[in-house]
Amino acid sequence: MTHFNADIRQRAEALVALYPHPRSALIPLCHLAQEQDGWLRPEAMAEIGELCGVTAAEVQGTASFYDMLHLEPVGTYVLSVCTNIACLLGGALELLDHAESVLGVRAGGSTADGVFTLHEAECLADCDKTVCVQVNHRYVGAQTPESFDALLDDLRAGRLADTVPPHGTLVRVRRSTGLRADRAAIAAERAAAAEAQAARAAAFDGGQKD
Amino acid sequence: MAITDAPKIMTSRLGFDDSYTLERYLATGGYTALRKALTMTPEAVAAEVDAASLLGRGGAGFPAGRKWSMLRKNPVTYLVVNGDESEPATFKDHMLVERDPHQILEGVLISAYALQVSQAFIYVRGEFALGLERLQQALNEAYDLGAAGADIFGSGFSIDVVVHPGAGAYICGEETALLESLEGKRGFPRIKPPFFPAAIGIYGEPTVVNNVETMANIPWIVDNGGAAFAALGQGRSTGTRLFALAGHVRKPGNYELEMVKTTFRDLIYAPVLGGGIRGTNTLKAFIPGGVSAPWFGPDQVDLPLGQDEVGDAGSMLGSGSVVVMDSATCMVRAAWRITKFFSRESCGQCTPCREGSGWLERIMFRIEHGDGREEDLDLLMDLCDNISPGVAWPPQQTTICVLGPSIPSSIASGIRMFRDEFLVHVKEGGCPFD
Repeated sequence: MTHFNADIRQRAEALVALYPHPRSALIPLCHLAQEQDGWLRPEAMAEIGELCGVTAAEVQGTASFYDMLHLEPVGTYVLSVCTNIACLLGGALELLDHAESVLGVRAGGSTADGVFTLHEAECLADCDKTVCVQVNHRYVGAQTPESFDALLDDLRAGRLADTVPPHGTLVRVRRSTGLRADRAAIAAERAAAAEAQAARAAAFDGGQKD
Repeated sequence: MAITDAPKIMTSRLGFDDSYTLERYLATGGYTALRKALTMTPEAVAAEVDAASLLGRGGAGFPAGRKWSMLRKNPVTYLVVNGDESEPATFKDHMLVERDPHQILEGVLISAYALQVSQAFIYVRGEFALGLERLQQALNEAYDLGAAGADIFGSGFSIDVVVHPGAGAYICGEETALLESLEGKRGFPRIKPPFFPAAIGIYGEPTVVNNVETMANIPWIVDNGGAAFAALGQGRSTGTRLFALAGHVRKPGNYELEMVKTTFRDLIYAPVLGGGIRGTNTLKAFIPGGVSAPWFGPDQVDLPLGQDEVGDAGSMLGSGSVVVMDSATCMVRAAWRITKFFSRESCGQCTPCREGSGWLERIMFRIEHGDGREEDLDLLMDLCDNISPGVAWPPQQTTICVLGPSIPSSIASGIRMFRDEFLVHVKEGGCPFD
């Protein structure tokens, strides 16, 4: 019995097959686990370890390094408010203050109903639209305290469901194919190409001498 | 100096709403460069990139052709593309990935052929959810088109490409940290020299790591020739570059400009570019190349946008992001926030960076909030000196990677350029801009 449901498990195995070494799939698998559970459950980390050939502790040790991987439950909507330099110049600290007061939580906290988690983010690379806010890593445009209130209303009412999936779902477009180029075939192809290249180089050197 | 009529090498399609689709890409000359490259020998393709003198667009500005030639001496195995853009106020790769993913892919496929690699990975910052979806969609389409996979376009060359999401860590933009992350580990930069990724990269194999923007230039270079690219710009800074303009300007945004021929003044004030400072305020200072770079004042605004020109003036063009701060900006707060960023993003391997960034952040915080002491200024500079001896530019390094020596830039700039403003915070017991 696996912790991952059948769909996630099948996608996880397909991901592992894309890499020369299974451990490379570790972070993509953590994203997949969050797609299923919203956060990284210990059971999920154990299964990821099994799929990648490492221990659950190594999965946790890696995951704890990364901001987007959550070792504790988070809300359905993770609100990331950037306060880095470009947004700071655009009033980000005021927006974060406002967000903390309307949500009733400090940055890093979640609302009691489990709907929102507020996150003070580092630069999200949308610096011509300050203050930059992402909801579940989807850009929602430049925000002011007023627009932020409207954003919360829209999220609560489900009006952004098309553009903002629940937290954990990162990439909705699935890879349509596994690896197409067989590794043994590639090795043979490259060896032949290297030989041809060496022959060209030799011919070139010969030409120089003549 | 002026805004030149240099061709748009990377942003030619961005006027179209559907710039990210395969239909638009094919209708605007897409994948012709790849077809052309596949009729050439791999060395000939690499020679064009060499002739272009394309400097890598990731921040360090290492010549891409030279990186490639270092690698060609080894049996090359992997191409890794760095799309982990996280340098604060830099948002060019975000735009390229989201708005023109096929252009990046075509650059990757051409480069893979030139380097004869066995697999390519495109590492994209995890926060770019839409960009990841667009790039994955584009890759699916490229496979269907026969541009990726086995025997691409019937050339006898096979290549697999994998789009790999990051998970939120600034340091993974550092190429060896990125490789660690791609191996499924914490993003800890590796010690180098002696072994750079060209010798020991991912899985211990020779690897070339190039930036997304670097890749976006490759199709144009193959289509038009390296010489045409090298004819743009001046000196070592050839071609065009994306400048990400942010902060207190009327029209922030990404602008593709010919290198060296355009100045910071043009970028900030030209009506078709930044449009000048917002409101009635004036320019107080600007950061010329990402928050790792030392700041410039209004008297340096006529410097050209060139790698060597900015380097000679004591800073760097870095990631190509320009942050404009107007007369109403509190420089203590700006430097504090940048320092807080480095403190949060330090990977923790090296003591000067891990401890120093936190100490600096706390001292900056207390100055900004009115609890500072006059001797804090000397203390800040002393700490900066411990992280990067001499606090000069280019910086000395006491750490594994360049995050460490980037930390002092904003504080040292702030104290050197705006010492009085720091002292007012101390004397008045608070921020005069509140």
